[in-house]
Amino acid sequence: MAIEFKPSPSLPPPSKSVGVVAWIRHNLLSSPLNVVLTAFSLYILYLTIPPLIEWGLINATWTGTSNKACTGGGACWAFINSYFEQFMYGFYPSEQTWRINLALVILVLLVAMFAIKKINKLYLALVIILAYPVLAYYLFSGGVFGLEPVETAKWGGLFLTVLLGVIGIVASFPLGALLALGRRSNMPVAKSVCVIFIESIRAVPLITILFMASVMIPLFLPEGLNFNKLLRVLIGIVLFSSAYMAEVIRGGLQAIPKGQYEAADAMGLSYWQSMSLIILPQALKLVIPGIVNTFIGLFKDTTLVYIVGMFDFLGRIQAANHDTKWLGTTVEGYVFAAFVYWIFCFGMSRYSMALERKLETGHKRN
Amino acid sequence: MSDIKKPNKRSFLYDAGTRSLVFQVVLLAIVLYVCYYLFSNLQANLDSRGISTGFSFLNEPAGFPILIHLISYTEADTYGRAFLVALINTCVISLLGIIFATIIGVIMGLSRLSRNWLVARLATTYIETLRNIPLLLQMFFWYFAVLAALPTPRHSYEFADFFLNKRGIYSPNPIIQEGFSIAVFGFMLSIVASIALIIWAKKRQTRTGLWFPAYWSSLGIIVVITLLAFAVAGFPLTFDLPHQTRFNIKGGMVLPPEFVAVLLALSTYTGAFIAEIVRAGILSVNWGQTEAARSLGLKDSLTQRLIVLPQALRVIIPPLTSQFLNLAKNSSLGAAIAYPELVSVVMGTTLNQTGQAIETIGLCMLVYGTLSLSISLFMNWYNKKMSLIER
Repeated sequence: MAIEFKPSPSLPPPSKSVGVVAWIRHNLLSSPLNVVLTAFSLYILYLTIPPLIEWGLINATWTGTSNKACTGGGACWAFINSYFEQFMYGFYPSEQTWRINLALVILVLLVAMFAIKKINKLYLALVIILAYPVLAYYLFSGGVFGLEPVETAKWGGLFLTVLLGVIGIVASFPLGALLALGRRSNMPVAKSVCVIFIESIRAVPLITILFMASVMIPLFLPEGLNFNKLLRVLIGIVLFSSAYMAEVIRGGLQAIPKGQYEAADAMGLSYWQSMSLIILPQALKLVIPGIVNTFIGLFKDTTLVYIVGMFDFLGRIQAANHDTKWLGTTVEGYVFAAFVYWIFCFGMSRYSMALERKLETGHKRN
Repeated sequence: MSDIKKPNKRSFLYDAGTRSLVFQVVLLAIVLYVCYYLFSNLQANLDSRGISTGFSFLNEPAGFPILIHLISYTEADTYGRAFLVALINTCVISLLGIIFATIIGVIMGLSRLSRNWLVARLATTYIETLRNIPLLLQMFFWYFAVLAALPTPRHSYEFADFFLNKRGIYSPNPIIQEGFSIAVFGFMLSIVASIALIIWAKKRQTRTGLWFPAYWSSLGIIVVITLLAFAVAGFPLTFDLPHQTRFNIKGGMVLPPEFVAVLLALSTYTGAFIAEIVRAGILSVNWGQTEAARSLGLKDSLTQRLIVLPQALRVIIPPLTSQFLNLAKNSSLGAAIAYPELVSVVMGTTLNQTGQAIETIGLCMLVYGTLSLSISLFMNWYNKKMSLIER
């Protein structure tokens, strides 16, 4: 007759070490200093959150045609509502804005096609980088296929901001990679040209480059040859961000062990083959956070075009603040702008984190 | 042995050396040609517009006022003087911005690492919000939405001898009286004395192992000697207090809203970036280092000061340098809210009035280049001092 061993059930953990109470004790009240800090933080929250909700949601006015409609004492979102189209498209003719929306839809569809397995991704990427911009350009500026021409001076709002950001990002990336390779090259002339370019661009603020683009470029071109302000500003933005991109990519190149370069050489690959097949894929993966940070910086920096007289998203809001019909709605305008910029930038930073995890090939120890 | 073939003499075309030589010559030719092309166009354009090159315009009277000037400046002064005023404004705002941003950044970075859940969340919210909103927007917000909404001088907020209204912050203005140099001399003396004390304490500790509270006692020395010198000189410092008149505030020192807005925006924005750098730096120090320090019997404050901080600083300094550089360059955004710094005075007003595009933009780029170079030289020196000395 074997005696069956029956352990008595374990006691529940002491009530002080589990549950909400324990969590609060451990995370908020673990020492006298922490008690003070918690009280202080709660006080700050008490001071900011309730008035903010009251102002932004409870007492807010959502519709109306002038600031007279805003009587609740809260935020006057009616201002954003009535200016919404200008904030989005600038002075683009309102019956033509479907062209911008169409271009956006096409871009989203093209990018979404990356998810389809059967499609050759290289061709798709080439279509997006080479064919799409031509299509988008004709859609935006018109003048062909019976589309009404819209001059670039009318482009504005969030449309212009995104346009500057996307073109800056797409164009500065290959240019930056080229500059980075040039800076690491053995050829003294190529190296010094790249170093001088990168360092002199990085030493000055973007605003001086934009001034240079809008004031000085016409002086450097022969008479009669001139291009419009949007293109000049774009050149400035691309040159500026490519210098920063070059430094980020150079960091990645330096982190690749020498053995990889030698292995590529030993396989008999040419310089461009070894760079594009062996070195750059590894180097770029290493510096994804840096690249995305440069993109975010570039996106935020597009606001500076307002200073050289272009009406991007922030510029439109700043201009709308002077509307006498809507006096006293400055804060609402800025809060809306901040919200939109924040969504874009925060979204990009989260996406880069996801990308990093996806491309992680597991060399980390934990 | 003769059956081993000699490698074919490689074709001239495939020789790496020749190729790179040809490539470089072509590159150099292109670069030189582009430069030549641009400058010949420039010359032609300047001639046809009748603009004479050169910096002689710097000696002409400027004729425009500058709101904020730390050295004396009137409209009758020259463009050169205006340039100097703007340069000082840029340097002042950059320096103050760097100091405040570092303080905010260190506090926020440490808060985000805090074991207190609420504090860590608040710091995270601060960092993630400010980092992801354009600086220009933040400057506009402070200037047009916050500072412009303050009451008129008649209804100023009053706090001790400080006034806050639409026109800025009014604070007591220190006025130096006769005999102030004695106080300064006392202060210098106390600093020399405390440095000597610290050196002596360090030497004694290495020789005998005895510890002396050098930092606390040197603080005492500085306070006591400076106060004594002050008393001997008969307190040679008075304050010009601001006071309210019927429509305005008279006297005192004024910090104009442009200055306050730029400083606030620059330091809170850059502070958010510095916070992340500080956090990453501290996290980069292996936990084993802390454990090792504890097992050697060091107390917590010494562990932080002698073990963790020096190693974290090595990681922190290089990105911190680039943040400082960014801050100095970002101070140029002050032009958008009429803070009279370099870009707004030189590339804005001076360029508009004289048309000397090349000279003014070149001057600005030169100044920013020098500023960037000097900050990075200093930080490189500091980095070298801090970096790991390997055998």
